Amino acid sequence: MAEQAVKKIATREGYGEALKELGAEYPQMVVLDADLAASTKTAVFGKAFPERHIDCGIAEANMMGVAAGLSLTGMIPFVSSFAMFAAGRAFEQVRNSIGYPHLNVKIGATHAGVTVGEDGASHQCNEDIALMRAIPGMVVMCPSDYVEAKAAVRAAIEYEGPVYMRFGRAAVPVINDHPGYHFEIGKGTIVREGTDVTIVATGICVDSALGAAELLAKEGINAEVVNICTIKPLDEELIVASAKKTGRVVTVEEHSVIGGLGSAVCDCLCAKLPAPVKKLGMQDVFGTSGPAAELVKKYGLDAEGVCRSVLEFVK
Amino acid sequence: MTNLELKKLANEVRKGIIVGTHSAKAGHPGGSLSAADVFTYLYFEELHVDPKNPGWEDRDRFVLSKGHTAPGLYAALAHKGFFPVEDLVTLRKVGSYLQGHPDLHIPGVDMASGSLGQGISAAVGMAMGARLQKKDFRVYTLLGDGEIEEGQVWEAAMFAGFRKLDNLCVIVDNNNLQIDGPIDQVCSPYPIDKKFEAFNFHVVHADAHDFDSLRAAFAEARETKGMPACIVMKSTKGKGVSYMENNADWHGKAPNDAEFEVAMADLEKIEKALAEEVEA
Repeated sequence: MAEQAVKKIATREGYGEALKELGAEYPQMVVLDADLAASTKTAVFGKAFPERHIDCGIAEANMMGVAAGLSLTGMIPFVSSFAMFAAGRAFEQVRNSIGYPHLNVKIGATHAGVTVGEDGASHQCNEDIALMRAIPGMVVMCPSDYVEAKAAVRAAIEYEGPVYMRFGRAAVPVINDHPGYHFEIGKGTIVREGTDVTIVATGICVDSALGAAELLAKEGINAEVVNICTIKPLDEELIVASAKKTGRVVTVEEHSVIGGLGSAVCDCLCAKLPAPVKKLGMQDVFGTSGPAAELVKKYGLDAEGVCRSVLEFVK
Repeated sequence: MTNLELKKLANEVRKGIIVGTHSAKAGHPGGSLSAADVFTYLYFEELHVDPKNPGWEDRDRFVLSKGHTAPGLYAALAHKGFFPVEDLVTLRKVGSYLQGHPDLHIPGVDMASGSLGQGISAAVGMAMGARLQKKDFRVYTLLGDGEIEEGQVWEAAMFAGFRKLDNLCVIVDNNNLQIDGPIDQVCSPYPIDKKFEAFNFHVVHADAHDFDSLRAAFAEARETKGMPACIVMKSTKGKGVSYMENNADWHGKAPNDAEFEVAMADLEKIEKALAEEVEA
């Protein structure tokens, strides 16, 4: 049977499109960027609403503070840069000027993880989830595809408080384009039911997990796949229920295994249902230059790599 | 309000600073005292604010970028009527709303601050918000002269100057002392005026302890069109308390019981002299 052609598009494209759509509905919305509008896709909003698109120049620390100030006058700022600079460089501004006063600022961070590709380790942020989820009151989301990215941005503006959204640079398959799809902050989704092992994935790794589940089926292993877009607050109920059913959990993320989805799942399970967990992701290493797809494979985050790790784990 | 009335109020603000930091056994009296007159001037002459309605949408905003001098801000807010003056003794205590650094839950506080260099960016964002929403309120922010060593201050200044935010007034409390010593011996930010001018600000000089000078400076800042204003205010750290004046040791140290008595006696002496003074 010939494989159906899968539509591929980057999650950052969903971010830009959603901003443009919401801009028409929310006159108090304003979008800030730090000289990366074409890359982060905020330029899509800027073209439609130039007077509400503020390029702050290459000055991310100030941009976070300006967003805080704008929100205190009743506007709803979306702030964008690469994840490295939004969560990394400006961490303390996000923590003290946005998180501590619990302001209604939305951070749209693109180019997260190793799929930044050729730019290499200096630009591949594998630590942003860890940094952002450590801030009290911060919602952290990592959409799995274009459809979920758009849904997450809409959910973010409807939510009152600080939100961090993580988007990728590379085109990835659209997996949520079906009539039953529903998005809610803090709710995970079982995207494939199974009984032998739970694979919890976030972002672009949800597609790898689904692919791995197909490969595992051929080996006689029936994997359940859970899509966790909201890493904080985590859908603990769903994770505990799935772990109870399968007895073991594998987490997959394009992020360090220190502090990310894997850590969040472990934090949950060690308190509520101790179970064996294997964390897949960046194993305490920096990335390297190369095409995105090759890097995903190199770090074992493609379907084959995830399948291999799951097989080792369940043996 | 007359200068004499302002002087009397500023002296009360200074007492509040001493009472609060003494009670907390911690805090930053030096920079609070150097800014006591400008806190007083801002809340009793310059800012359009309403203590009965701290969240009034069209109020002028004030961001204390040098957030460690919260004891001075709190004393001014209390005397303005945002909360009881009696609460100043709860400064920095567990369970008190008067946090060590400004917190958004405190009535009258417009932005959490304390991590140096961040308040000015929030003030710039507020000024931008006013412009985008076609509102007339003005935004003021007070920075320490040591604080302007932070790079973020200049990111914010570049943005404000470039965007010609003439509804923004930046004030620099130039007491010449930071924790480790005189600012020109630690990592000199001088010349402060020329730096802000280079970032497209209209710079005004003022004497931080002379209400005529402050009055003229704020009037000039308000009248400045097409660019933000920066008031570089020459001040004395620890102003009003004999042993704290011009002494960096009092940057972040509270007076003990004996020192408290001396400080209060100094301020009561000033109070007595002011009581005898007749408005010129």
